[in-house]
Amino acid sequence: MNIDNKIESRKPPVATTGFIGWLRINLFSNWFNTIVTLLVAYFLYQIIPWFLDWAIFSADFIYNYKGERIIDRSFCSRVANPEEYHAACWSIIIVRFYQFIYGFYPVEQVWRVNVTYFLLAIALIPLLVEQLPYRKHLIKFTIIFPIIAFILLYGGFGFEIVPTNKWGGLLVTLVLGVFGIALAFPLGIILALGRRSKLPVISMVCTLFIEFIRGVPLITLLFFGMVMLPLFLPEGINMDGLVRVLVAVTLFQAAYMAEVIRGGLQAIPQGQYEAAQSVGLSYWQMNRKIILPQAIRITIPSIVNTSIGLFKDTTLVIIIGLLDLLGIGRGALADATWMGLSNEVYVFVALVFFIFTFGMSRYSLYLENKLKTGINMGAD
Amino acid sequence: MQKNLFSDEKSRGILYQTLVVGFFALAIYFIVNTTAYNLEKRNIATGFGFLNNPAGFDISFSPFLDYKSTDTHLKVYFVGVLNTLLVSFTGCIAATILGFIVGIIRLSSNWLLSRTAYVYVEFTRNVPLILQIILWYAILIQLPRIKQAPQIWDTFYISNRGLYGPRPIYEDGFFIVSIFILLSFFIAFFVRRWAKKRQDNTGQQFPTFTTNLGIIILLPLLIFFIMGSPMTLEYPVLKGFNFKGGMVIRPEFIAMFLALTIYTGAFISETVRSGILSVTKGQREASGALGLKQNWIMRLIIIPQALRVIVPPLTSQYLNLTKNSSLGIAVGYADLVHGFGGISLNQTGQAIECMAITMATYLVISLTISFFMNIYNKSIQFKEK
Repeated sequence: MNIDNKIESRKPPVATTGFIGWLRINLFSNWFNTIVTLLVAYFLYQIIPWFLDWAIFSADFIYNYKGERIIDRSFCSRVANPEEYHAACWSIIIVRFYQFIYGFYPVEQVWRVNVTYFLLAIALIPLLVEQLPYRKHLIKFTIIFPIIAFILLYGGFGFEIVPTNKWGGLLVTLVLGVFGIALAFPLGIILALGRRSKLPVISMVCTLFIEFIRGVPLITLLFFGMVMLPLFLPEGINMDGLVRVLVAVTLFQAAYMAEVIRGGLQAIPQGQYEAAQSVGLSYWQMNRKIILPQAIRITIPSIVNTSIGLFKDTTLVIIIGLLDLLGIGRGALADATWMGLSNEVYVFVALVFFIFTFGMSRYSLYLENKLKTGINMGAD
Repeated sequence: MQKNLFSDEKSRGILYQTLVVGFFALAIYFIVNTTAYNLEKRNIATGFGFLNNPAGFDISFSPFLDYKSTDTHLKVYFVGVLNTLLVSFTGCIAATILGFIVGIIRLSSNWLLSRTAYVYVEFTRNVPLILQIILWYAILIQLPRIKQAPQIWDTFYISNRGLYGPRPIYEDGFFIVSIFILLSFFIAFFVRRWAKKRQDNTGQQFPTFTTNLGIIILLPLLIFFIMGSPMTLEYPVLKGFNFKGGMVIRPEFIAMFLALTIYTGAFISETVRSGILSVTKGQREASGALGLKQNWIMRLIIIPQALRVIVPPLTSQYLNLTKNSSLGIAVGYADLVHGFGGISLNQTGQAIECMAITMATYLVISLTISFFMNIYNKSIQFKEK
């Protein structure tokens, strides 16, 4: 055998590898698939360019088709010249952008809101990045962040007080979402532990509370908070509107969170409890040091999913009159100078929500993948 | 060691529970007192007597009960419950069908198809439901006005005030026909039982599906013609600014139905997908080795096993849909929260009674749905021999 004459192995046929091969397998593998691919491609071809044209390419942003600056709806191309122009008029968002982000917060104090947004980003970093120097210290900051945010946004301690009926837009949405999740999480842990308690009274109270809250719609709880809570409080104590809503939303979310955490607690093997008790740990020490860290690690993806639901549920406050992002949008539509541009406003609000929630769900997928390799090491 | 209340675990437990009970008793006493004082101060009545008082407002959508503004609040309640049940029931059925179809599509081998379905699911799941309801309603009221309403098949009109169609008018003989419709379902059920037994005993297959389809459609149709066609259609006719006659489906209902179906369908499709993926690959390979067709593999092997995983999250999706139907208040759909919990509450001022009744109703509906779905869940579990 002559090993100097190596024959090059032939490449596989063109139609089975690379891009063309991928096309054959995934899109055109048989007659049915081919027809379906063509139908779907046609359908997408009709919709996507039309939408992109409406939203971006032909749309007015600041100047209309005549080159004038748009200051109210009559300047928009599709209002001034409806036969020829049909694209979106985003000026309603751009002109009212301050309201969408801050609501009616006084302009000279808005630096406080900006600082809060910035600190929120910093407070989220230890949750997202694993290998971080000084992670332990940053987590302490994350825990006291809600208090700092409250002082910055509301007032006191030397800052001028800005009443909550001036807050609006994305500020309200984020406040309800972040505070809701931050408060519902510890409350949910306590409810879950209470439900699994061996003391029958505590277990029954927690179970009744959770099942009741999970059986009623959030709107009824919001009405309850707005209308009934003032009746429960004695004269003179007025609970702020936003606080009442926050209480209702937190209680609602805590019940769902409790169920998720209960699932995690059930997954911990009995041996962990027994080993902890045999070492002499008390109930609270056992939970704090052994059980809860494991349970929460297992259920983090479900907790993030529940938080995504909470974030979307914050829009329900428009029903009781609070102005969150969607509320400001509807308010802008009711204004005579910008009436009728409902499509633009709703698409914008939907896009903002989509960005936030899609980001959170990507994070949850990332966590799931990371934890899967961690938990199942050796278990399969 | 000192023996006091804290040293023994059992006595500690009793102490804690007594403290909790005492705390709640005090809190309830305090709340009841303050509430009674506040109610009296604001001249708000208590008690359920208001249910017999006339309501004094109109309800825009009442397909089952005839409602006039002089009817009582109790009737407002019943109209609200029926409307809620209507949109929840139709929404659940449509969402299940949509969810199963999209879930199976997501697992298709066609990349373009599964990716498009993925985009649909991600978009619908991430935008709040109330925004979707408002969006659909905004689209529906941009439809042409009644005078320019387009016609479909010469009978239906789509306009911004709703979908107008023919209304069936039932005459006397129709009662017999409806009895036969029910009867045909029973016959179909027994045919299926008999066919299954025969297949177990002799191995011979029976075309059950086509036979049952024939029975359900043809038998009532036969009786219908024998009885002399006791049903006429009243067509909507354009008179002036409105249609006279016919039946209308309001845009509020259509918007709620579409938004609820599409939103919940996306969640159900994810549940179905994870259920089908949970069936081990070996099942599919074994059934392929036995020579079963693709369709049969899905229907006889994969889906029954996947149902074990699908049904509990499916139950919670049904409950979510029912509770989400309360969002109809955003577009004016006359459901329970809008009518009884909203307008009645504002008019009579008796917030506690109205809210309590509304919440209790939702609890009862949720518990009923959970109860029936749990029965179904138990029936599809594997019976260990």
